[in-house]
Amino acid sequence: MADIVLIGLNHTTAPVELRECIAFTPEDTVVALDHLKQEPAIDEVLVYSTCNRVEILLVTGDIPAAVDVTKKFIAATHQIPLDRFENFLYRRENDDAVRHVFRVAASLDSMIVGEPQILGQIKSAYQTATQRKASALILNRLLHRAFFVAKKVRTETGIGDRAVSISYAAVELSKKIFDSLVKKKVLMIGAGEMAELAVEHLIRQKIGNLFIANRTFERGVSLAERFKGQAVRMEEIPQWLEQVDIIISSTGSSELVIHRDQVKAAMRARRYRPLFFIDIAVPRDIDPQINRLDNAYVYDVDDLQNTIKENLEDRKKEALKGERIVDEAVIRFRDWYDNLNVVPTIVDLRNKLQKIIENELRRTLPNLRQTPAADQESLQKMTGTMVNKIMHDPTRLLKMEGHHINKPVYLDLLRRLFNLDA
Amino acid sequence: MNPLTHAVAIIYILSAVGYVVYLVRQDSFWNRTGFYLLIAGCLLHTGTLGYASLLAGHLPVHTLRETLSMVSWAIAALYLVFQTRYHLKILGAFASPLAAIVMSISIQLPMKSVQAPVVFNSIWLYFHIITVFLGDAAFALAFGVGIFYLVQDQAIKTKTQGFFYRRLPSLEFIDTTGYACIVVGFTLLTMGLISGFAYAKTAWGHFWSGDPKEIWSGIAWLLYAALLHGRLSLGWRGRKAAIMAIIGFAVLMFTFFGVNFFLKGHHGEFTRW
Repeated sequence: MADIVLIGLNHTTAPVELRECIAFTPEDTVVALDHLKQEPAIDEVLVYSTCNRVEILLVTGDIPAAVDVTKKFIAATHQIPLDRFENFLYRRENDDAVRHVFRVAASLDSMIVGEPQILGQIKSAYQTATQRKASALILNRLLHRAFFVAKKVRTETGIGDRAVSISYAAVELSKKIFDSLVKKKVLMIGAGEMAELAVEHLIRQKIGNLFIANRTFERGVSLAERFKGQAVRMEEIPQWLEQVDIIISSTGSSELVIHRDQVKAAMRARRYRPLFFIDIAVPRDIDPQINRLDNAYVYDVDDLQNTIKENLEDRKKEALKGERIVDEAVIRFRDWYDNLNVVPTIVDLRNKLQKIIENELRRTLPNLRQTPAADQESLQKMTGTMVNKIMHDPTRLLKMEGHHINKPVYLDLLRRLFNLDA
Repeated sequence: MNPLTHAVAIIYILSAVGYVVYLVRQDSFWNRTGFYLLIAGCLLHTGTLGYASLLAGHLPVHTLRETLSMVSWAIAALYLVFQTRYHLKILGAFASPLAAIVMSISIQLPMKSVQAPVVFNSIWLYFHIITVFLGDAAFALAFGVGIFYLVQDQAIKTKTQGFFYRRLPSLEFIDTTGYACIVVGFTLLTMGLISGFAYAKTAWGHFWSGDPKEIWSGIAWLLYAALLHGRLSLGWRGRKAAIMAIIGFAVLMFTFFGVNFFLKGHHGEFTRW
């Protein structure tokens, strides 16, 4: 009976330099699938390669041979000696392999648990495998179940709920202050990857106007074009404080960009509508004293990091719930897998019985005194009924749902007792 | 009457338990449980109060026991109506226990007072009592919402996500809810004061008698009027509004109870025990 085996390495077992060396581009993947599925030891194959892991999933009747040929393939096509990466590989078989695939798809094995990208990456790898006809019955079922489990984990646990990146955390906090971000006005001061990411997230929340202030006005204009906002001058910021709701600041300035008195005056003018400052800059741009004003809130980089840390702790707790869902799914998959062999075995047994009885009937009939056609028919019918009745009890037992019997053992015993594999 | 009012108290307590469990576990099943129990309790309560009114020929607010029962009813009824429009999910964990506690105190008090007040009956009186009680209930809710606001504001300001952080909605949401409570309360209180004056005219021939409750009600009314004005024209929202809702309610508590107990005047007759 076929086995499932997975070999690979990830961010916990191998450094990025090594992962880079044996990574598979989409083109590499196609070549690998085409080559490996033709190997006699390999029935089905799936390859996925992300920045944090490279894993190859095989269905095989001969685990050592399949693993061996796969490793040699990696060494040959990536031009890297086998002993350089062999020790970093992990290997999982059958139930462990199934559990691993479910966990990876559900983002439980990711560097940041709950990250949403891995599922898409695996789906894409699976699509390639089906296109190249590298996957068949078992991997198809396994991957479909993996997607189901991933979705279940995501919806039934909170692993994806809370922000674990600065930009997401900023948006999440905004929503704790403003309820809905629709039509709210945002001011971005300065530039930088995290600030721009935060602005992108906010735009997705359908904010209203976006204003961009930059020490270099031209830079502000180009950013404004990119985000479809309006460029404003740094000197105008105090006036804009009266208009906007959220301010993201990320300048390289070593001085404060916004002072307490400016905000105090602005609060009165804006009738104390809440004002949220996200200060990503180091050294800080926003006067921390502003946080002490009524209805004004200031979060600096450390504050955001602490929020993230707490959220990561929550994710770990939710991950435990996810593991339970995975455990249950592994058992269900094992059930399906075991049942794969029930029907062929029953068919094989029935065929064997049928053949034995027919042979004997053929040999005995000539020895009987003149048997009329009607009698021959009765005898034929009898042999058919005999086979059915003999098969009835074994069939019922083997097809029974649940874990009353150890099916693989029974099936194996049956095959041996009746020598079905001769 | 006794077993039914006891039943009301028990149902309110069960409802409170449901809401508090929801507060802790955030499982919507408990929220629904608390809600339906509160409806059941309030309907029964309305029935008992209606029956008592019919029997006595006037609203049952002549003893402290009766008054507190009415207060509890007002809180439950107003909360139920209010939350059809304003879904501050854990507000039930404030309103329901409050109704339960007040009702529990009510049923422990003696039924007959030392001296029953003599009252001139009039439609104005019914109107006055009901609007005042409901208005006070709305201000009580505003008080609870104000506390929620301060808790969430504190959590966000000090960057500490405590127990309430994820159980409470955004600041804006809480603030809007509190504002709604104040508006409802102020409207009802205004109606209550006007009908009170109208009753005074029909019963005693003059609008104003200098009764301490009248004076303190006026003060409370002015305070909430100032709050509303401040919000609309000066932007007293958020933290300031929350604090004022809490202070306003403290003044109101004195107006409602303190005056009866500590000062003289015709309203004191209604809370003897």
